[in-house]
Amino acid sequence: MSKRKSTSAVVLATAVVLTASACGTGSGSGDGKKKIKLGFAISALNQPFMVQMKDGAEAEAKRQGADLTVQDAQEDASTQANQVQNFTSKNVKALIINPVDSDAAGPSVKAANNANIPVIAADRGVNKADIETTVASDNVEGGKLAAKSLADQLGGKGEILVLRGQVGTSSSRERAKGFNEGIKKYPGIKIVAKQPADFLRAKGLDVTTNVMQSHPNIDGIFAENDEMALGAAKALGSKAGGDVKIVGFDGTPETLKAVKKGSISSTVAQQPDELGKMAVRNAIRIVEDSTVDPKIKVPVKVVTKKNVDRYS
Amino acid sequence: MAIDTQPGHRLDKRPGGNRPPQMASRFLKENGALGALIAMVVLLAFMSGDFLTTQNLLNVGVQAAVTAILAFGVTFAIVSGGIDLSVGSVAAFSGIMLGWLGTQGVPIWLAFVLAIATGTACGLVNGLLISYGKLPPFIATLAMLSAARGLALVLSDGTPITLPESVSWIGETIGDWLPVPVIVMIVMCVITALVLIKTYSGRAMYAIGGNEEAAHLSGIRVRRQKLVIYALVGAFAAVAGIVLASRLASAQPQAADGYELDAIAAVVIGGASLAGGVGKASGTLVGALILAVLRNGLNLLDVSAFWQQVVIGAVIALAVLLDTLRRRA
Repeated sequence: MSKRKSTSAVVLATAVVLTASACGTGSGSGDGKKKIKLGFAISALNQPFMVQMKDGAEAEAKRQGADLTVQDAQEDASTQANQVQNFTSKNVKALIINPVDSDAAGPSVKAANNANIPVIAADRGVNKADIETTVASDNVEGGKLAAKSLADQLGGKGEILVLRGQVGTSSSRERAKGFNEGIKKYPGIKIVAKQPADFLRAKGLDVTTNVMQSHPNIDGIFAENDEMALGAAKALGSKAGGDVKIVGFDGTPETLKAVKKGSISSTVAQQPDELGKMAVRNAIRIVEDSTVDPKIKVPVKVVTKKNVDRYS
Repeated sequence: MAIDTQPGHRLDKRPGGNRPPQMASRFLKENGALGALIAMVVLLAFMSGDFLTTQNLLNVGVQAAVTAILAFGVTFAIVSGGIDLSVGSVAAFSGIMLGWLGTQGVPIWLAFVLAIATGTACGLVNGLLISYGKLPPFIATLAMLSAARGLALVLSDGTPITLPESVSWIGETIGDWLPVPVIVMIVMCVITALVLIKTYSGRAMYAIGGNEEAAHLSGIRVRRQKLVIYALVGAFAAVAGIVLASRLASAQPQAADGYELDAIAAVVIGGASLAGGVGKASGTLVGALILAVLRNGLNLLDVSAFWQQVVIGAVIALAVLLDTLRRRA
């Protein structure tokens, strides 16, 4: 509890500081000026994650008195290209894009670049075009938190299995990097197997079943996403969460239920609403000529049985 | 091609007459992939002490089941000189249909029937496009690959559906150790063999795959038989989808993504020819087992993620190469 409180205090403090600085630079332009027009091209609103990101962005725009228009591309890259084009011709002051496809978004973002409209990428990056900043979850930090959470639950010693996501993807790479750094602090913990399960539940189930044959004494599992963690829990049956601790990543609704039930010990939850807020906040800062970091990391949080009620 | 294979089946069935060593060597000659499977099992038994245990072998069986059932269906398409790329998507759509009906309060037996009917209907559409629409099977089933996946997403609204326990027993074990997926796999294997060897449609598959024009001229109603073939492939995909969803106790719209390639690989490793006219249920089973044994072994030996893909590719190529060389010899 206290950990969560302190995290939220940090988040709150950061927000206050950021708001103060935003207001500070904004005050020069005066209240008489017209509302800042912002466009937000979102990949798809069929997933809870994206809807929460949109809600966060709208809340922040309302708070800062900006005029935010949201367009949903329904997971279609060419629809999104048209929407970005429309935003460009409507002369928005800044454009936030959550690309359907990082490569496909390039040309239309380039067109916005040519029209001198600053572009901010949210959740996923954009390739081959100029981006002011990319706002995304801090996967490296999340990996470290996962390592700490798993190690704490194991009392600092034991054998663990790591379920890797799709090899070569940035989220898998970053989560692994953070986890490896984090787990180094616990010399009593030994990674006995590190196997790919492609972010899929079915493969998480098969790979865990197989590894339990060669390493029957595994005490813990870190899965680079929740789907694989749910697969691992299925493979372990009644041992899941008890004899074998499982830590996932993402905080999907189904996993939060499993955390509540106890079959999954903890998960590293992303904060999509915070992601949306940060994207809008930084878009406004850029419009007001402040410089921003080229990479903005949204903090992630560990959800355990103790604090799960605040998330579900 | 058709003429090569058909007598083979008949010879298999002729009782006695051969001395055991001859029978063994002929059996291996006809099942090149079986040699590869045995070699892999022996090798893995030496490399990992955990491989040759009853529990692990049962695990391999369970893990082979979904691919094998999909591949039995694809065998029908390939034997008849066609292909079906839509089986993974159709499996997912059928699984979602089962989950969706299950949560709508439809009686479970009816949900099963309707899920299999869904797969069969997808297959029928493939068949119609191929036989009456004159689309190449590659294109017709490629279209279905996309459409069925889309329907699965529409019906599930993009989120997994948790299955009730009245369904998920199919993914569990009877008693302590007998896994239901393995039983389903064996039953489907027997059905496949019976269809191929004993039925009119099965003989029509070999005939069409061997020479479609000749099959037509000899009185086989090719178009109608193609409807039967692709409907069967769809029904098998539905069964695979049900087994997969049951194992996870969750029907997932993105389930079985890319499994069509594993299924085709299993069929070809099992000795079928992509040109049509050749292929057996037992061969396909061996092909699916090779893939499952390989993945299991790579996990047991803790091979690195990057190398796993290389090894899987190499083994597929080697298994088919061995079979081709053996045939030529």
